[in-house]
This record gives sequence, C-alpha cells and structure tokens, in this order.
Amino acid sequence: MTVRVVLPAALRDLAGIAGEVQVEPRGAVTRAAVLDAIEQDYPMLRGTIRDRHSLKRRPFVRFFACEQDLSQRPDDELLPGAVADGAEPFLVVGAIAGG
Amino acid sequence: MSRVRVLVGTRKGAFICESDGARRDWRIAGPHFAGWEIYHMKASPVNPERIYASQSSAWFGQVIQRSDDGGASWQAAGNDFAYDGAPGAPGAPGAPGEAGLHQTYDGTLIPWVFKRVWHLEPSLSCADTVYAGVEDAALFVSRDAGAGWQEISGLRRHTTGADWAPGAGGMCLHTILIDPLDEARMFVAISAAGAFRSEDGGASWRPINQGLRSEHIPDPKAEVGHCVHRLALHPSRPSTLFMQKHWDVMRSDDAGDNWHEVSGNLPTDFGFCIDVHAHEPETIYVVPIKSDQMHFPLDGKLQVFRSRTGGNDWEALTNGLPQQDCYVNVLRDAMAVDRLDECGIYFGTTGGQVYVSADAGDHWQAIAQNLPAVLSVEVQTLP
Repeated sequence: MTVRVVLPAALRDLAGIAGEVQVEPRGAVTRAAVLDAIEQDYPMLRGTIRDRHSLKRRPFVRFFACEQDLSQRPDDELLPGAVADGAEPFLVVGAIAGG
Repeated sequence: MSRVRVLVGTRKGAFICESDGARRDWRIAGPHFAGWEIYHMKASPVNPERIYASQSSAWFGQVIQRSDDGGASWQAAGNDFAYDGAPGAPGAPGAPGEAGLHQTYDGTLIPWVFKRVWHLEPSLSCADTVYAGVEDAALFVSRDAGAGWQEISGLRRHTTGADWAPGAGGMCLHTILIDPLDEARMFVAISAAGAFRSEDGGASWRPINQGLRSEHIPDPKAEVGHCVHRLALHPSRPSTLFMQKHWDVMRSDDAGDNWHEVSGNLPTDFGFCIDVHAHEPETIYVVPIKSDQMHFPLDGKLQVFRSRTGGNDWEALTNGLPQQDCYVNVLRDAMAVDRLDECGIYFGTTGGQVYVSADAGDHWQAIAQNLPAVLSVEVQTLP
C-alpha cells in the first residue's frame, strides 16, 4: 500500500525532499503507521513531527487529509480510504502561528 | 596568510563569512537552514573543518547539524535529548525515570522539558566529542560526532537542581567553558540559576556564586538563583573568570570561588556578552545595554567598552559603530575574538548587523548589515 505524503517546506529541506513523498506503511494505514514509515525512510525527521519517545504530535504540527483536520484523531485510527489507496495525500502541516 | 571564518547564527538561518587576515573584504555564504533558528554554531579546535550547528524551530523542534567541510555541506546528526532522571537529591520531586520538576516564575513546580540547544562546545582534544547546553537547563555530551547524546546528569542532580528557575529567556544552560589546562575542569552558567564548576569531567558540580548580589531574588546573596548572562576566560589563565551578570560585570581570580564586581565606570552594567582579548588576558570587552527592560544601548549609541585592566577602568569604543538612532541588542553568545596577531573582535546585533574590529576594538566595520536577528557569533582563525 503506497501512501502519498506532503511535508511542510522546512521538513522537505531538512530531508532533502522535492515534492511529495511516497511511503509504504506496514499493516493498516493509520497515522501512526504512516509516521513510522516516514521516519524509517527519513531518519532525520525523527522528533520533528512527533516526540521521539511519547510519540505525541508536536503542538504546532497538524495532520490534514481529504479536507479534514485529523490532528486530534487517535493515532491508531484508520486514515480515509482515499489516503490508503493513494488517491489523496496525507498532509503534515506547520500550523499558522505567530502572526 | 591566515584567514578567518565567522559563524553567524540568526533567527532565520546560518551564515558563514570569510576573509583573509586583513579582515576588510568579506564573502558571505548562506542562509544555511533558511527559516530555522540557529542558536549556535561552533567548530572543533581539533578539526577546524568539523562544525556543529544547533538548528531549531518552535514547530519542528531541535536538529543538530554537522559539517565536515567547513560549512560547505551539512548532515543532520542526532536530536534525541532525553533527561536522565529527576533533579536534586534522592527524594526530590519527580517520579523515577521522569525528568522531574523545577521552579517557575510564580513558585509553582513544572515538569522539566527539553526545548532547544542554546550552546555547543566542542571538546578541546577530540573532534567527535561535543557538549550541548540546553533549555530546560541541562548539560549533554555526544562522543560520536553528534549522533547520540547523553545527559551529564551530575549537574542537574545537584541538591539545588529543583530550585532552579527560568530567566526571561527561558531556563537555559548557555555557557560551557572547558579549562584548556585541565579538561576535567568545566564551568557552565544557567539563567537563572548561576554558575557551576566541575573538577571531574562533569560527574559532580558545585555552585560558584559567592560574591554575586542580585536584587531581583528574595535573598540577593543566595547560593543559586542568579541570572548569569555569560562567562569568559583567557586560555592561559583559566582560573580567572569574567562574568556579565543580568546587572553587574564580575571577576573571579579563584575559578569562581569568589567574585567581585568590576563594573567600575561603565555607564550601565546591564548586558549580555563578555569576551577576552586573544593575547591580553586582562583586556576584556562588554556591550553595555540600558536596562533589563529596555534591551537597547544607551542614548541610541552602539558602544563596545574595553577594559585593559581586567575591569573597573573602561573606555568606550565607537569608531565605525552607529552613534545615533541605534536600538539593537547584542545577545550573550554574539561576541567572539579571533587569534590573529592583531586580535580581531566580532559581534552581531538583533538588527542583523555583524561588526568586526581588526585592531582590538579601535575601529569597526560592518561585515553584514541586513541579516536576520543575530543570535550567536563564533570565529575560527585558520592557516
């Protein structure tokens, strides 16, 4: 199962990525599985999207997909089918903060 | 001919400025890590092409970068800064395995949480060893070129650890000095806890704040609680320490056991940075700032003050610096000196200017005029 992921520009620069990335989450396509796959493919991103140890989302990071804000949804909840089948990307977003 | 490389950390990226020994014409490379805060960059004295950088963001946290080619290319190193237990003596607040609690502004206890690396201090003898001073205040070390980090927890476990409280900029460990004559002896400073010394490579620490007087804390002569802004030493005399405190410029001639004030004739003794001339251990530099509320120079005039007597007698250095309508700040890690025969002095401002004096402060010129707010300046003297 290939999931398309759009990262914020700051993290694309950090990881040396241009445009979308595609990851292969293990098992069910949950947010946790997608983030695990991102961190496996791009180890320099560990700790930048979620805490390394608690795995909690960093406060100014949001997760969007299919025009929904999934940031407060449980980590182990299935992502929308359109994300799982690659029709829609999973967006990691740096929150607008600071004016 | 010798040359210099100036490492400038700013609110929105890193810049590397290079010049020959004349220090008149400069090439500026950057921004590296554009958009990220670069609290500090510093090169290994063992391998000058090895540079460590602290890259951070309120959004995406902490990254440590390492270059092995003098800043031409970079790779992300490790960013796992996990505290090693609770502060203070056994029985201090905090469950086993947790980072514990510390004081906050209103006297309540809050959890110790890693926020960012303020200062990186490479080892004097091993290019793969580097120390990190972090917020919330703790000292970490990496012995594999930044890949893995371990807390030197003897500092935070000092019996006063649970009493430390943040200054206005956060509870940060911002100064790390290693004694070049005895690497097991280290000095650190924390806002707002004070200065500490280890004689055993960090295993144990003692506060060295005797003689400091801070009117903004309940006991002005307390063992800890002082807002030390910066420490400096000359490599040939590592038992003589200079300190820019929140208010007061201080000096110790016994490795911090006792301090006395050397503010002397400074027009104001609030400030952040302090440094020592490369070849004259009694020549020191500060940038006086009007007050802790104002955070800009007196009367709109940017002035470096130099003492050739180790303090007390100060002279203003203004040639080439703006003398009207200047309301910038010079932060604690934003002054450095090179080691050329004619010692160069460097500092950066929150207005994005980086200044150099190639003649020990007598004349100044701008290396850069319009960078993002400068957080730190370090200088390498290269063959």
